[in-house]
Amino acid sequence: MRFVDEYRDPVRARALADRIAAVLRRPWTLMEVCGGQTHTLVREGIDEVLPAAVELVHGPGCPVCVTPVEVIEAACRIAAEPGVTLCSFGDMLRVPGRDRDLQQVRAAGGDVRVVYSPLDAVGIASAEPSRTVVCFAVGFETTAPATALSLLEARRRGLSNYLVLSAHVRVPPALEVILGAPDNRVQGLLAPGHVCTVQGGAEYAPIVARHRVPIVITGFEPVDLLEGILACVTQLEEGRAELENRYRRSVRPEGNPVARAALAEVFEPVDRRWRGLGTLPLGGLGLRDAWRAYDAEARFGPVPEGTDDGRCRAGLVLAGRLRPDACPEFGTGCRPEHPLGAPMVSTEGACAAYWHAGRPRRPGPGDVAGPVPEAASR
Amino acid sequence: MCLGVPGRVVAVTDDGMRSGSVDFGGVRRTVCLACTPDAGCGDWVIVHAGVAIARLDEAEATERLALLDAMLGGADAPAAPSAAPGPGD
Repeated sequence: MRFVDEYRDPVRARALADRIAAVLRRPWTLMEVCGGQTHTLVREGIDEVLPAAVELVHGPGCPVCVTPVEVIEAACRIAAEPGVTLCSFGDMLRVPGRDRDLQQVRAAGGDVRVVYSPLDAVGIASAEPSRTVVCFAVGFETTAPATALSLLEARRRGLSNYLVLSAHVRVPPALEVILGAPDNRVQGLLAPGHVCTVQGGAEYAPIVARHRVPIVITGFEPVDLLEGILACVTQLEEGRAELENRYRRSVRPEGNPVARAALAEVFEPVDRRWRGLGTLPLGGLGLRDAWRAYDAEARFGPVPEGTDDGRCRAGLVLAGRLRPDACPEFGTGCRPEHPLGAPMVSTEGACAAYWHAGRPRRPGPGDVAGPVPEAASR
Repeated sequence: MCLGVPGRVVAVTDDGMRSGSVDFGGVRRTVCLACTPDAGCGDWVIVHAGVAIARLDEAEATERLALLDAMLGGADAPAAPSAAPGPGD
């Protein structure tokens, strides 16, 4: 067992695709929530080997992409402060803020460092006590435990120079918005396997019940994704809507109790604005009052109210309403070298997935102002 | 962003926060093991942002793959997963 090769096996993948074709009677529209899943689907061409009657729309599961402009602008402002070291995941550096990105702040003399883990940022704070180290904490429930552990570790070490700018977001509120939209087309969901590894499945059962859509917890390799799609299509064909776990090697029903306890100690759900989706009730994780001394917003001022603007249609892409290659800016006004928005530069952005797979611009389902397409017309 | 990489624990230390060395196909990194208190040497974990978020259940995974292969057609299913030829090979 190597936990990778087995799930990339082309014979298994082909057999699963054949099985999907065999159970299919009607066209269905599914959404994979996580950007990592989007990239596997597009990179491996899974979306192109599936029967045309299975349409996959790409969900909002790219935390870099859903981080709104005003938060990036706040990170830029903090990074430009003297004495501050801003630690960020590498993905965030080229995401455009209002009129600059973190890479430009660094070029102008700001101390912006790329870290692999928030725990690395604690190490920097420990080694360089004269610096105020701010961790720019983006990510879903998968990533938030690492931030929570970094704060617990900073407190254990007695550090007073470690702060967190929390932009963490929660998946379930976004699914509520997407499935609750009057013109929603999504009939089944592949839920993000690593978010559920932390949180378990309990949060998704009420969504299944309320919207009567199957939700299948799915992994990230080609065989995982095809197994999730098969399970979802099978439920739809049989008229069922259930929560199903198809990533059992990693996801326990209760999630990861230690990670959840760390999250609960440090964070509480708060309303948060997502790029493209607006303000989602309890859509984010904010630091609890007990952690105010570690809160970058308490030290440097709160993130101001913001709005989406400009030519980037990230909101439509993130809600599964516009396929990246159907965007009028795709590959022309918006390319990785000069992105209009985050989905073109994030390693998990849907637009980047299409670009790096060499997909040409192809007006079609979801094209701006076009009619709601039928799945089978693809 | 939610990328999780499977690796095998090769050493465990505890100096306040449980951590260890994890082997990712030959590359070793120090990983926080605080959230996987049951993961010891030889166990597989999923690592995200420097933190192991799950100990992978090897018995469960092997059993599920066998069930999947049986469902997909028994004898035609791949026998040696890492070396199975692709269609047309």
